[in-house]
Amino acid sequence: MADPVDGGGLSFKPLDQFEVKRLFGEGPIEWYTITNVTMWMAIAVACIVLLLVIGTSKRAVVPNRTQSVAETLYGFVYTMVEDVTGKDGIKYFPYIFTLFIFILFSNFLGLLPMSFTTTSHIAVTAILAFAVFFTVTIIGFVKNGAAFLGLFWVSSAPLALRPILAVIEVISYFVRPVSHSIRLAGNLMAGHAVLKVFAGFAQVGLIIAPVAILGVVAIYALEVLVSAIQAYVFTILTCVYLKDALHPSH
Amino acid sequence: MADTPVEAGAEASGAGMPQLDFSTFPNQIFWLLVTLVVIYLILSRVALPRIASVLAERQGTITNDIAAAEELKMRAQEAEAAYDQALLDARAEAAKIVADTKADIQAKLDVEMQKADAEIAAQTAESEKAIAEIQAGATEAVKAVAKDTAKEIVAALGGKADARTITAAINARMKG
Amino acid sequence: MEGELAHIGAGLAAIGSGAAAIGVGHVAGNFLAGALRNPSAAAGQTATLFIGIAFAEALGIFSFLVALLLMFAV
Repeated sequence: MADPVDGGGLSFKPLDQFEVKRLFGEGPIEWYTITNVTMWMAIAVACIVLLLVIGTSKRAVVPNRTQSVAETLYGFVYTMVEDVTGKDGIKYFPYIFTLFIFILFSNFLGLLPMSFTTTSHIAVTAILAFAVFFTVTIIGFVKNGAAFLGLFWVSSAPLALRPILAVIEVISYFVRPVSHSIRLAGNLMAGHAVLKVFAGFAQVGLIIAPVAILGVVAIYALEVLVSAIQAYVFTILTCVYLKDALHPSH
Repeated sequence: MADTPVEAGAEASGAGMPQLDFSTFPNQIFWLLVTLVVIYLILSRVALPRIASVLAERQGTITNDIAAAEELKMRAQEAEAAYDQALLDARAEAAKIVADTKADIQAKLDVEMQKADAEIAAQTAESEKAIAEIQAGATEAVKAVAKDTAKEIVAALGGKADARTITAAINARMKG
Repeated sequence: MEGELAHIGAGLAAIGSGAAAIGVGHVAGNFLAGALRNPSAAAGQTATLFIGIAFAEALGIFSFLVALLLMFAV
């Protein structure tokens, strides 16, 4: 993972790994260009198909390991959706499961050395988060009509405070997609950049290099944890927002 | 120091952060949407219904197995109850047979005993009769001897014995 | 000169990560204190714990973002 030393001095390029590159040929990156983004997203899709379609193709009543993993993931997300949003949130389960499984696999694939982390890009996570934001807002208005605005009117607070609280609630509502996306991208970007910085220190010498390599190992372990937790957090926040849309009363 | 991203792919937007290189955004967004749609279709058409059906099937199998086990247990309990009942019946039957046999034997025994008693009683009666006859015979003989002796003694003493008086005297003595 | 000021600003912004760390520690510590008092209720609240940690952490990520922007984008 360590970059080669350019001309003698220390070379930290912690952000090179996030570069979007053409896979074939030269030229500008158009919207349809096949890039490393395309490749790693396709690998994620392939892994998902491998786990959830090929892995469960036997439909065994007594599952093997792959099918067991697929069923565990299914049960995990299903329970989460049911617990947080209630029974009427179940019909959005495929959508939430799509988000969860895509983020989970992108995060984990990004941890492979030399790989590209699609979810470390603001563009990707912002689309994910704004998709959630618009979906949830539309569902809220379709299901509840104008009563959805009751979400911002905290009826349990004293009357004098309610307008102020309403302003705060509205602001926090619109900040949701921003924090939702930046949390995911920022966590992954920070983790991967720190890994690269530690890897850069591994060039330094006999004394610092072992420490740096141990640091890489430790940070890598932390990043494995963070990958899973961030996928979980993104999903559960989606469920919480969906619950707000389905039951806007505080 | 890192302000020199001279790699080939970095378009000259000047920004060091690839995340803020807006020229790559349409590309990423396009491929992300493609990916999400593909994953959504695969999941909602194939994977999730399949997993749901497998889970439901497993739940059904477990429920069925539990029901079957319950039924088997009930049947075993029934069989045990029937066995116990049969055992009780057999015991009662045996007790009855024992009682019947006992009664039968007792009845036979009673009849035999009665028969024996009657025989013994008849024999006893016969013996008593014989004894009484012998006794009577002996008394008569004693009486006759006593009368004759008394008559002879009276005659020898020079008296004239009245037969009736002697008989009465002897009878009185014999009773005493 | 301006670039050097930006680097100093980036370093200052990175302090925000430490503040977020305090926040996350606070959330997790209070959760643990509560969970040890009533362990039976703890399992049902892990989702809340993660949501709380996520919110506390998001603000730290914002400061990290500011640092990155100052380093590379200004």
